[in-house]
Amino acid sequence: MDVLTDNFSLYGKGFLGTVELTVYASLLALAVGILMAAFRVAPVASLRAFGTAWVTVLRNTPLTLLFFAVMLGLPRFGLVLPFTTFAVLALGCYTSAFICEAVRSGINTVPVGQGEAARSLGMTFEQTLGAVVLPQAFRSVIPPIGSTLIALAKNSAIAGSFSVTELLGTYKPLNEMGYSIIWTFIWIAVGYLIVTLAISAIFAVLEKRWGVPR
Amino acid sequence: MTTALYDVAGPRTRRRHRIYGVAATAVLLALIAWVVYLLVDTGQFAAEKWAPFTYKGIQELLLRGLANTLKAFALAAVFSLVLGAVLAAGRLSEHRPVRWLSTLVVEFFRAMPVLVMIFFVFVALKVQPLPALVTGLTLYNGSVLAEVFRAGVNAVDRGQREAAYSLGMRKTAVMTYVLVPQGVRAMLPAIISQLVVALKDTSLGFLITYEEFLHAGKLIASNLDYDLPFIPVVMVISPIYIGMCMLLSWFANWVAKRERRSVKTGQMTVAAAEPAAPMPGDTRT
Repeated sequence: MDVLTDNFSLYGKGFLGTVELTVYASLLALAVGILMAAFRVAPVASLRAFGTAWVTVLRNTPLTLLFFAVMLGLPRFGLVLPFTTFAVLALGCYTSAFICEAVRSGINTVPVGQGEAARSLGMTFEQTLGAVVLPQAFRSVIPPIGSTLIALAKNSAIAGSFSVTELLGTYKPLNEMGYSIIWTFIWIAVGYLIVTLAISAIFAVLEKRWGVPR
Repeated sequence: MTTALYDVAGPRTRRRHRIYGVAATAVLLALIAWVVYLLVDTGQFAAEKWAPFTYKGIQELLLRGLANTLKAFALAAVFSLVLGAVLAAGRLSEHRPVRWLSTLVVEFFRAMPVLVMIFFVFVALKVQPLPALVTGLTLYNGSVLAEVFRAGVNAVDRGQREAAYSLGMRKTAVMTYVLVPQGVRAMLPAIISQLVVALKDTSLGFLITYEEFLHAGKLIASNLDYDLPFIPVVMVISPIYIGMCMLLSWFANWVAKRERRSVKTGQMTVAAAEPAAPMPGDTRT
């Protein structure tokens, strides 16, 4: 029990590291994912092909391999960044493939008739997109994005093994100090539960506010 | 392709799209050319860096790693299917304590990062890397599969269960002869997609020094004699990993298409295998 009280700052640092990693990687994943989704529904074939390739490759790559490639491979090109930035890059790009698919299927759930009706009212492409298609797509896309971001928070644990300060990594110094390993892990588990429950609470609010009533 | 986004393009729009297409292609090609230039410029294609792959010992090291990855995957897949079946049976049980216990187990292991479980088993219980990896993957994927199985059984039309009971079948017979075969058949694509997640997650074994495929790659990559061939190793390893996962995802899609056509599942909505593989850690069912 005293593992937590004795090492509160260590746990706190790890916890904040996980939160930081999750927030930045989520923002990157959302930005890249939405861009790739736009590519995948674009009328331009080469952009569609690029989006498809991005999603297919990243979705079938083990995240550990991606971390390995980014953390140890990119420095070979003379690109030296802090470990946390590399981790955000790997985690964000990986998750962007799943966000892209969620957004794309959200756009595809909008019935074709909605767009046709908007155009027959004389709306321009921007108006159709901004006032008709995206608001509807956004509603149906909230729950899948929520569970993707929860998965991201859980996957951030991998970063700890690549010298990034985060929650799972705290077990190592505590283990060396001779604390009960069981309790160490219980508090780590509680930390992850706090992060994932917070994300699902945020998305529950979003869904209540904007989601499609089913 | 029709979406709500745009109509079939007319001649002027088609011309405009062609111009966009040429511009986008040019930008993408420039991007690829830049990456290739970087690779050449930093000497990633130097013969010295690729030399290790010509040695028999190194090839065997890689193959051993691949075999270990597949071994971990096979064990994890079999055990998670068994655990998933047990937990699903528990969650569908008529006895309240059994139901509660299984729900607790399933919810807990779905909420935990799989890596935390692997490390817990590896560090706290002090077991070998392979059992630790397989245990972690089994607990996580078993819990997710339990929900898949349960969703499948619950999705079977109510009339099937009622008809079976009215024929005088006991609950075990109803489950094993009527509900499970139909439920599993409908959920087969989702089950295979979850196995893709298990296959991808075997690479977590790398982090607990299990001698799997990525570990073999790391050994080669950190060899000074070959001038640290990180990029060549990544270029050799990733197509194999991605290929294996794509093969399995493709199989899930094939099964989904086949099941959708099959008469035996005519009454069921077959789970979509699209998006092909869920994200590791994504516990939606």
